[in-house]
Amino acid sequence: MLSHLRPTLVIGLGLTVVTGLAYPLAVTGLAGTLFPAKAAGSLIERDGRVVGSSLIGQSFTADGYFHGRPSATTAPDPADASKTVPAPYNASNSAGSNLGPTSAALAERVKGDLATLSRENAGPAVPVDLVTTSGSGLDPDISPEAALFQVPRIAKARHLPEERLSALVTSRIEGRTLGVLGEPRVNVLALNLALDDLAHP
Amino acid sequence: MTLNGWIQIALFCAVVLALVKPLGLYMTRVFGGERTFLSPLLGPVERGLYRAAGLDARQEQTWLGYAGALVVFHVFGFLLLYAILRLQTVLPLNPAGQGEVAPDLAFNTTTSFITNTNWQSYGGETTLSYLSQMVGLTHQNFLSAATGIAVAVALIRGFGRASSRTLGSFWVDVTRATLYVLLPLSLVFALFLVWQGIPQTLGGSVDATTLEGAKQTIAVGPVASQVAIKMLGTNGGGFFNANAAHPFENPTALSNFVQMVAIFAIGAALTNVFGRMVGDERQGWAILAAMGVLFLAGVAVAYWVEAQGSSVLNGLGLAGGNMEGKEVRFGIVASALFAVVTTAASCGAVNAMHDSFTALGGLVPLVNMQLGEVIVGGVGAGLYGMLIFVLIAIFVAGLMVGRTPEYLGKKIEAKEVKMAMLGILCLPLTMLGFTALATVLPAGLAGPAKAGPHGFSEILYAYTSAAANNGSAFGGLSANTLFYNATLAVAMLAGRFFVKIPALAIAGSLAAKKTVPASAGTFPTHGGLFVGLLVGVVLIIGGLTFFPSLALGPVVEHLAGAAGQTFGTGG
Repeated sequence: MLSHLRPTLVIGLGLTVVTGLAYPLAVTGLAGTLFPAKAAGSLIERDGRVVGSSLIGQSFTADGYFHGRPSATTAPDPADASKTVPAPYNASNSAGSNLGPTSAALAERVKGDLATLSRENAGPAVPVDLVTTSGSGLDPDISPEAALFQVPRIAKARHLPEERLSALVTSRIEGRTLGVLGEPRVNVLALNLALDDLAHP
Repeated sequence: MTLNGWIQIALFCAVVLALVKPLGLYMTRVFGGERTFLSPLLGPVERGLYRAAGLDARQEQTWLGYAGALVVFHVFGFLLLYAILRLQTVLPLNPAGQGEVAPDLAFNTTTSFITNTNWQSYGGETTLSYLSQMVGLTHQNFLSAATGIAVAVALIRGFGRASSRTLGSFWVDVTRATLYVLLPLSLVFALFLVWQGIPQTLGGSVDATTLEGAKQTIAVGPVASQVAIKMLGTNGGGFFNANAAHPFENPTALSNFVQMVAIFAIGAALTNVFGRMVGDERQGWAILAAMGVLFLAGVAVAYWVEAQGSSVLNGLGLAGGNMEGKEVRFGIVASALFAVVTTAASCGAVNAMHDSFTALGGLVPLVNMQLGEVIVGGVGAGLYGMLIFVLIAIFVAGLMVGRTPEYLGKKIEAKEVKMAMLGILCLPLTMLGFTALATVLPAGLAGPAKAGPHGFSEILYAYTSAAANNGSAFGGLSANTLFYNATLAVAMLAGRFFVKIPALAIAGSLAAKKTVPASAGTFPTHGGLFVGLLVGVVLIIGGLTFFPSLALGPVVEHLAGAAGQTFGTGG
């Protein structure tokens, strides 16, 4: 076994330097040169302030904004650090609900959300993504159906004709990549920024 | 289920298959010690390392020497990573000021990364500094993958050689796997991922003011470099807690597709390396075909049940499949496919929360891991796992006709079969033994978040994932406790070394044998009959061993859910 010591130290440390330092630093350097905005986190600035990242969802609760999906992320309880409190779209602690298919807590939550959404938005059946939490709790997207579903509520809050809002949503739909991969979706933050450009609430 | 869904699945299979031959040819050259197009660049680094280590690249090792080097190398990796995690508060590159990693969590995380499991008891963005992620985790992602490849290559040499005492040099195989295979692929892949939107920065978290005026702290970091190797090396440990579901680890449908391909690429191509090195490429294709049959069966089941959705939620009027724990940009099909890929291989990255899959949707990943992750499998680990099953299949075939079994001209005798059985029996013993322990001890029962059969599934999934060195989880289990951190770490070590070392013993024993020329009585191992036999052996061994545990967990939960029963207290 002793004869293995020198190769272990040299190869082990040598490859540590190559893969643990040289490689990530090379990627950092190249990425910062080739794709600086993306390497920094695809941040969106308005009037010199960072308002979010185009890839990270944020919490919307006002009637005049399109809402994202429910989020299961949490933050430490300010009153008791050993506990956590719900903190939707906490982008420094990603998490899903991890509630299983026969969880009573999940069924109760969905039932409550369905009732709220049906009250806020008179219309067709509630799209499934609006009552289910995403895996990361930071899903930036909703389905086109989920965006269109919310149009009447926003039209009322912003005193805008529904047709204009529907047209806005439709113009913001991202299709499947190469026509095949993934699912059609609408980025909620981008949609709400466009909505603000259209008219302030 | 939709036509588009099946097209996505077909496209995935086509791309993986298209990579098998070119990547297989390249890796055959690398492990044959030949020159490649990267030699002018990497040759000096490689030779410099050997010189400093006092190694002669042509000096080969016996199977015991190879296994000894492997063990010492793992011990070194363990000590280095453990030290980095424990000392991260005083080491540089910690812009978020992450605190000390507790001893049991550091032990668990270290074991998890040196064994290529990458179980996440840690929550990346809330626990680890950038230095821990880069020098600690990223580097072990490379080395644990490289050792997996090395063992597979040594076993292949065992089949390919005759009357040889040696299996190659562990040091040369690990160095070449890292420098010529993993490093260049990761570099290109990481840049592709940044182009898709994954951050790669040493700057600290960003504070944003949301449109509604709230403060949102967005964690970033050197993410792309780690994600690239976590996929290619089938490691799976995430930079972020939510792993590949996090938009910063997997921003687009295209990044998701390429990540899935990356998980399978090296493992699938190693079957081709096997074929080439034993002198008959058809032998490699036959093994890949058996893997393919098992893979497609898993995909079909998972996609079908996830698209159906959960009975309980459908009863409330939801339609459109099970979207709890899934991201909109991936939808049902890319989430179900990813779950099957990541558990067929020993990756363990997740782009959707397996804990929230339907009962039968969660059963598929569980079965994939219980079969020993031989469906393509972890880089290297999948091939040597499957070759162990091949020996059992050949042994069974030999028993049926009353002939001494042969494979590729090697007589398969008592020693090989004993070692193969040792490798196969280690997994159920670890998975089921620890699950049984956790379901009777109070410290174990404190883990599951929910009562009922789902809680049992969570425990079973944890030990299955650990022993199979997968690392994905039913995340509802509160596993960052002394009991779970310690027992899961032991399960990971058992699952790694009690398969690897028997595999090397088989390699040593086979390499020493003479090659018997094929005769009319030789069972052809490149045709449909052999593929069928191999699939049957894998399923029968797995089924007989694990069906009772599956019946207690996912199957009971499925039936309860269909009857509208829920468990635990409503929120």
